[in-house]
Amino acid sequence: MAGPRLRLGIDVGGTNTDAVLMDGDQVVAWHKVATGEGITASIVAAASAVIAAGGATAEQVFAVMLGTTQFTNAVVERRRLTKVAALRLAAPATTAVPPMSDWPDDLAAVVGRHHYLLRGGLEFDGREIAALDEDEIAAAAKDIAGKKIDAVAITSVFSPLDAAMEHRAEAILRRELPHGTCAITLSHRIGRIGLLERENAAILNAALSDLAARVVEAFIKAIGELGIEAPLYISQNDGTLMTAAHAARYPVLTFASGPTNSMRGAAVLSGLSDALVVDIGGTTSDIGLLLDGFPREAAMTVEVGGVRTNFRMPDLLAVGLGGGSLVRDDGSRIGPESVGFELERRALVFGGDSLTMTDIAVAAGQMDLGDEAGLAGAIDLPHVEVALATANAMIAQALDRVRPSAATLPVILVGGGAPLLGGRTIGGGEILRPEHGQVANAIGASIAMVGGECDRIFSLDGVSRDDAMAAAKAEAAGQAQAAGADAASIRIVEIDEIPLSYLPGNATRLRVKAVGDLAEGSA
Amino acid sequence: MIKIGLEDLDDIALGATFLGTGGGGDPYIATLMTRRAIAEHGPVTMLDLNEVADDALVFACGNMGAPTVAIEKIMAAEQPPSAVLALEKHLGRPADLLMAFEAGGSNSMMPIYNAAMLGKPMVDADGMGRAFPEMQMVTFSVYGASGSPFALASEHGETVILNIEDDKRAEYIGRGIVIRMGARAAKASYPMDGNTAKRVAIPGTTSLCQAIGANLRQSRAQNREPFAALIQMLSGTHYGHAEVLFTGKVTDLSRETRDGWAIGWVMIADQDGETLEIEFQNEFLAARQGHRLRAIVPDLICILDTEMAQPITTERLRYGQRVTVMAVSAPPIMRTDEALAVFGPAGFGMDEEFVPVEDLS
Repeated sequence: MAGPRLRLGIDVGGTNTDAVLMDGDQVVAWHKVATGEGITASIVAAASAVIAAGGATAEQVFAVMLGTTQFTNAVVERRRLTKVAALRLAAPATTAVPPMSDWPDDLAAVVGRHHYLLRGGLEFDGREIAALDEDEIAAAAKDIAGKKIDAVAITSVFSPLDAAMEHRAEAILRRELPHGTCAITLSHRIGRIGLLERENAAILNAALSDLAARVVEAFIKAIGELGIEAPLYISQNDGTLMTAAHAARYPVLTFASGPTNSMRGAAVLSGLSDALVVDIGGTTSDIGLLLDGFPREAAMTVEVGGVRTNFRMPDLLAVGLGGGSLVRDDGSRIGPESVGFELERRALVFGGDSLTMTDIAVAAGQMDLGDEAGLAGAIDLPHVEVALATANAMIAQALDRVRPSAATLPVILVGGGAPLLGGRTIGGGEILRPEHGQVANAIGASIAMVGGECDRIFSLDGVSRDDAMAAAKAEAAGQAQAAGADAASIRIVEIDEIPLSYLPGNATRLRVKAVGDLAEGSA
Repeated sequence: MIKIGLEDLDDIALGATFLGTGGGGDPYIATLMTRRAIAEHGPVTMLDLNEVADDALVFACGNMGAPTVAIEKIMAAEQPPSAVLALEKHLGRPADLLMAFEAGGSNSMMPIYNAAMLGKPMVDADGMGRAFPEMQMVTFSVYGASGSPFALASEHGETVILNIEDDKRAEYIGRGIVIRMGARAAKASYPMDGNTAKRVAIPGTTSLCQAIGANLRQSRAQNREPFAALIQMLSGTHYGHAEVLFTGKVTDLSRETRDGWAIGWVMIADQDGETLEIEFQNEFLAARQGHRLRAIVPDLICILDTEMAQPITTERLRYGQRVTVMAVSAPPIMRTDEALAVFGPAGFGMDEEFVPVEDLS
C-alpha cells in the first residue's frame, strides 16, 4: 500500500502567504492569501485551499515544508527582539574588539550592550588560550539574572574546532540562573570560523529567541488545525531543511531562505539546473545564478540589518524594478522609487495617480489587473514601448553582471512581477516563464533537501590530504543523514579548501557540504 | 604633519587592501581595533618622513601570524603596545615614532593603533610599499637596517626579544615562536634612527593608502568609472605608472598549500576569448596573457571587482567574478638590483628577469 506522498510547501512572507501542494515535482494546486495579522490563520487559509483544490486530504501529506521571512524582517525592522547577554570565552585574547563593536546603534540599543568577556577559548591547534573560570561565569550569571535578561549568546574562540567550552559555560549558566527558561545560543551551532561574524549571528539568534518560539508555535498550531500529522520542516539559508524544533532554537538559519527558495523553485519548475533566475517582486528584481540546481553563494560577507555575518547566502543582485516601480520621463526612467505595498491604491489601473510598471504591463497587454480605464489619457502607446525597452535593458544589464561567462544561459522569470518583462529572449538568453512561477518560493520550500556540513581545520601532519578529505566528507554525509536524509541519495555538493598559510605542518581548513532527499517517513 | 582621525580609517583600510595585492590580510578587524583606540585616545599625529629628526628613534610595528587565525583569535587590546614597550625596555630608550613595516593589508593599521594607544606620533612610511609574505622582504633590510633586536608579544602579556643578525633567519626563528604563541603575535622591530629611516623607508605609503581609498570611495559615491581616476591619482605619486591590464571574468582557479604558503593561480577571460593568468603566493606575483608577461613582482598586481572597484584578496577569489586587473609600478626604491634580489622574481623562486610594467604594455 502506498503511503502518503504529497508535500505541502508554504511561504510565509511579510505581505503574502503562499501554499502549494506538490506530488513529486508536479504542482497539484496553489493558493495565495494576504498574511495579515495572524500567521496561523493565513497558513490555515492558504493550506486548506490547496488541499481542497487538489482533491486531497490532510492524511495524504507526508511532509510540510515552510519558508519564512519573519525573522529577517524582525532584524531589519528592529522589532520584536529581546535583550541579549553576550558571553565571549576568549580573554585575555580578543579584548581589542569587544562584542557588538560594529553594530548599528539602533539595533544595539534594542538588543542592549550587555557583554561579558571571560577567560577561555582555544588556540588553532586545540590548546586552551586560558582555562574556563567557573566562578567568573557564575558571577556573570548573577549579573544577567539581576538585569532580567532571558537570552544569552555564548561564543568561544575556535569553537567550530571544539565546542566543549561553550557547552560547559551553558551548563554553568543553566545551574546558576534562577529560572530554567533562559534561551541560550551556542555560536558553534550556527556559524563557522570568523569570531565576530559567528558571535554576531549568535547574538541575533538569541535576540530572536522569544519571537522564534512564538512564530514556530503559530506554525505548529496551524498544521494541527489543518489536521496534518506529518512532520513540519522549515527551510534554511542554503536551501536545505531543518525541523520545526530546530528552527525555534536557531531562527537565524532562515535569514536567506526566501531568495534561496525562489531560486530552487525556479530550478524545479523549469527543469533546468544551470540558468539565470530573475525573481520580480513589487519593488525590486533579484537576479541570481543557478549552478547545479543550487544558487551560487556570495563570496563577500553578508550583512543582515547592518550586522556582518558569515552565513551562506545566495549571491543576488537587486535591481530597482518591480510591479510598483514608478515610471517617469516618458518611460525612459524606472524606479528605484516604488509605491510598494500601496500598489492597489496608487497605481493608475487601481484608480490611483502614480504611473507604475504594473500600469505599463497592463497597457501592453502583458498583465490583466485592475481597470484599464484608469490608463486612458494618462499614457501614450509610444511611451509604453519605451518603458518596456527600459525595463528590458535594466534586467539585461544586470544579467550580464551575474552571468559567469560569455556563454548564454537561459533566463527563468519567476515572482508575481514576471509578466512585466515581455519578449522571448533577453540579453541573448532564452526566456522561460514556468507555470506557477508566481509561487516559486513555496515550491522551492517544498522540494528542499536536507543537508549536513563539516567545517574544520585538519592538520596534515601524518595524515594524507586524501584521508582528511575523506574524513570531512564522511562527517558531512553523517550530519545529513542525522538530519533526515535518505542515505542512498546523499551527495557532496560543495568542497572548499582554505590552506592555512604561514603554519607549518600543512594545516588546512576543509568545508564540505552534503545534501540528500528527505527520507519519507522521517520525523 | 597631519592628523589621522576616525573619519580616515575606512579610506586607509580600503587603500591598504588595494596595496595588499591579494594578500596582507583583511584590515577589517584591525580597523575596528584602531577605531576604538582613536575614539578613546584621540587622533594620531603623522609626520612626513622628511620631518623626522635625524636622531629620533623609530620602530616598525605590525603583527605576525596566520590570517586564518587572525579572524578567530583577535588580539588583546594591550598586546601590540606591549611589544613596543618591551623593545623600548630592552633598548633602554623610548621610541619617538612608530612606522608600518607593511602598508598593504591589515598591518597598515598597526602603527596607527599603537600610536593611539601609546600617545606617540607615527611616520608616513613603510618597508614594503605593498604586502609581502616574509619579514625580511623590506627595503629596511635591503638597505642595511637590521630587523633586530625585535620584540614579539602574545595576548598573555608575554614578550620575547630576539637578536638575530640575519633577517631571513630572524623571520624563520620568529615564526616558530609565533606558532607557540598561537599563530598570532604583535611585533615591534627594525629600531632605527631618523637618518636611517629617511634612507631605507618608502615614504608616503600610509597617506597613499588613504588617497587610494578616498579616490575609490568618491568614484563609488559619484557612480563613475573608478579606474581612470585611480590611475590619474597614482601617476602623481612616486609609484608613477598604473594601468588596467585586463577586464574579464574569473574562469578557473587553483589554490593549494605548499610549505605554509597559499600558492595557486587564477585565470581570467574576456568577451573575446583572451585570457590573463595570474600566479600567486599569498600575494599576486605575475600576470601573463598567453605567453606574454604583463606584470611581475615587485610591481603591484591588483584584482578588483569591476562593478564596485573593491580589491579582492586571493581567499575571496571565486569562479564567475567580474574583475578588473590593475598593475602599478613599484616606486624606484623597490626596483634597484639589491631590492629585486630580495623581493623581485628571484626572491620568489622565479627564474625570469624583472621587467618594469611600463615596458611591458
